[in-house]
Amino acid sequence: MGGKYSLEELEIKANDIREDIIRMLEYAGSGHSAGPLGLADIFTALYFDVLKHDPAKPNWGERDILLLSNGHCVPVRYAAMAHAGYFDKNELMTLRQFGSRLQGHPERTKLPGLESTSGPLGSGLSQACGMSLAMRMNSENHRWIYVIMGDGELDEGNVWEAAMLASKYKLHNIIGIIDRNNIQIDGPTEKVMPLEDLSHKWESFGWNVIDIDGNNIEAVIDACSMGRANTTKPTMIIAQTIPGKGVDFMEYDFKWHGKPPDHDQAKKALHELRTLGGKIKGEHE
Amino acid sequence: MSDMHLVHQRWTDTKVLMEPIRKGFGRGLKSAGEKDENVVAACADLTDSTQMHLFKEAFAERFVEIGVAEQNLVTVGAGLAAMGKIPFVSSYAAFSPGRNWEQIRTTICLNDQPVNIIGSHAGVSVGPDGATHQMLEDITLMRALPNMTVIAPGDSIEAEKATVALAKYKKPSYMRLAREGTAIISTDKTPFEIGKAYIYTQGSDMTIIATGTMTYQALLASEMLFKQGIDAEVIHCPTIKPLDAATILRSVKKTKLVITAEEHQVNGGLGGAISEFLGEHYPVPMRRVGVRDKFGQSGKPEELLEEYGLTAKHITFTAVKLHEEAR
Repeated sequence: MGGKYSLEELEIKANDIREDIIRMLEYAGSGHSAGPLGLADIFTALYFDVLKHDPAKPNWGERDILLLSNGHCVPVRYAAMAHAGYFDKNELMTLRQFGSRLQGHPERTKLPGLESTSGPLGSGLSQACGMSLAMRMNSENHRWIYVIMGDGELDEGNVWEAAMLASKYKLHNIIGIIDRNNIQIDGPTEKVMPLEDLSHKWESFGWNVIDIDGNNIEAVIDACSMGRANTTKPTMIIAQTIPGKGVDFMEYDFKWHGKPPDHDQAKKALHELRTLGGKIKGEHE
Repeated sequence: MSDMHLVHQRWTDTKVLMEPIRKGFGRGLKSAGEKDENVVAACADLTDSTQMHLFKEAFAERFVEIGVAEQNLVTVGAGLAAMGKIPFVSSYAAFSPGRNWEQIRTTICLNDQPVNIIGSHAGVSVGPDGATHQMLEDITLMRALPNMTVIAPGDSIEAEKATVALAKYKKPSYMRLAREGTAIISTDKTPFEIGKAYIYTQGSDMTIIATGTMTYQALLASEMLFKQGIDAEVIHCPTIKPLDAATILRSVKKTKLVITAEEHQVNGGLGGAISEFLGEHYPVPMRRVGVRDKFGQSGKPEELLEEYGLTAKHITFTAVKLHEEAR
């Protein structure tokens, strides 16, 4: 820690981002719910503490790079970017609409600050490798590349091609974060295509592996610091997250991977987020 | 045609030097690397045979060995380009763009990153390696992608120029190269610009549009045709996308008959591109010389070029028939 926000402020931001995700998805009428909600704490940690960035200058030459390899989770990135000041929060409601800069899957050429275009899975880590190699050639030693990946995404062979390359070239300014929420479209990851023992897999590929609770903002921030401190290996943070985190009826249910809430479900979800699951009284009650 | 500065004026019974087109790429890449330190290269375990070793030897710190991983090859390329580099990524065309089309589509074309994809060993003239390695669909695959430029140089001299031009072009691009020796037809003074087609032989009875290794065959064919009373114009079309519409249309309006020639499937290749263009703008009788919906096989290059109808003789035969039918 040591950023400009306290842990409590960050937790409130994560909750605000979750509310925006619910509103955006309900209004859009399509999109993924579980992943973005589960990733809200990681994105809050990144945009409000970890990343060196300037929302007013998205192409700032010394910025850290954040790649979202599992592009379908982009609503959480859009919401975090709007909260950070990249664009007005009102624009969030244009998600997935005709003419919007907020495409269903992120497109770099449409919205400044996205860094790449993704959706088809498995290619983010490779692009991080290319970026890291370019930085090394340029002697840019103080820039970090964070790559968010889904766990289902690890079924893609392209990921492991990149894992070998990053290890071979000791691309230690790459910090990957796997959203280990254990679900993918067809069901639990361990049924669809078993990934365990995931930590040992990455270790055996030559990576510095850190296992954390991905819904603990402080743990995310600490793990990123530990990753930056390792100057010999690329780092993979395996972040256990709860899919649909914060909305009781969505949590742990793979059926919420690829669908948005309807009006009543959104109302229920927002109530729950505002009251932190009934623990506090909502402002709007 | 003096202004094209070709090696010879006449080709039949004239000795030509042979050199693989990929050699020109190797020299061009090294020279582009000398001119601009942002030029970088990556290869998928075929550094010598794609001729990237010249660059690697000169600029070891700007070369990345990817291993046998073509999906990684182009996506690492996209990452290098995102940081301002001018990457050239090479493999055999059968593997790249054969295996990694989606990554090229998403991370290079849609993402608008100026990666230069180099596909070597295209065409049946690869020879004994057989059908798996004889890429005949790469032009089709790359031409279908928005934001992609497609180039097939006619000889090693032009490949060298095209490589230097690509380093300055800075758009998503694909260049196909051939393995075997190909006749050197052009010189240092022969013009080359991305997006331009060139009239190598003027004529008035028909237009032969050729790309890559088939341009030399088209030049030979035009002389065989002349003996049979057909005055054919030969257009060398190294850039298949974007097409040089003006040059092609001007010629076709004059001749009103068209033959295309390529060492590639006619479906979706140069023949496909010209058919689409003329079909909408100036439909005239036309025939496509190329591979017709078949895979290659093992053999000597000359046996295979004969088997699949990819020689001057085949162009001549097709042209004479078209000329008769159209009369």
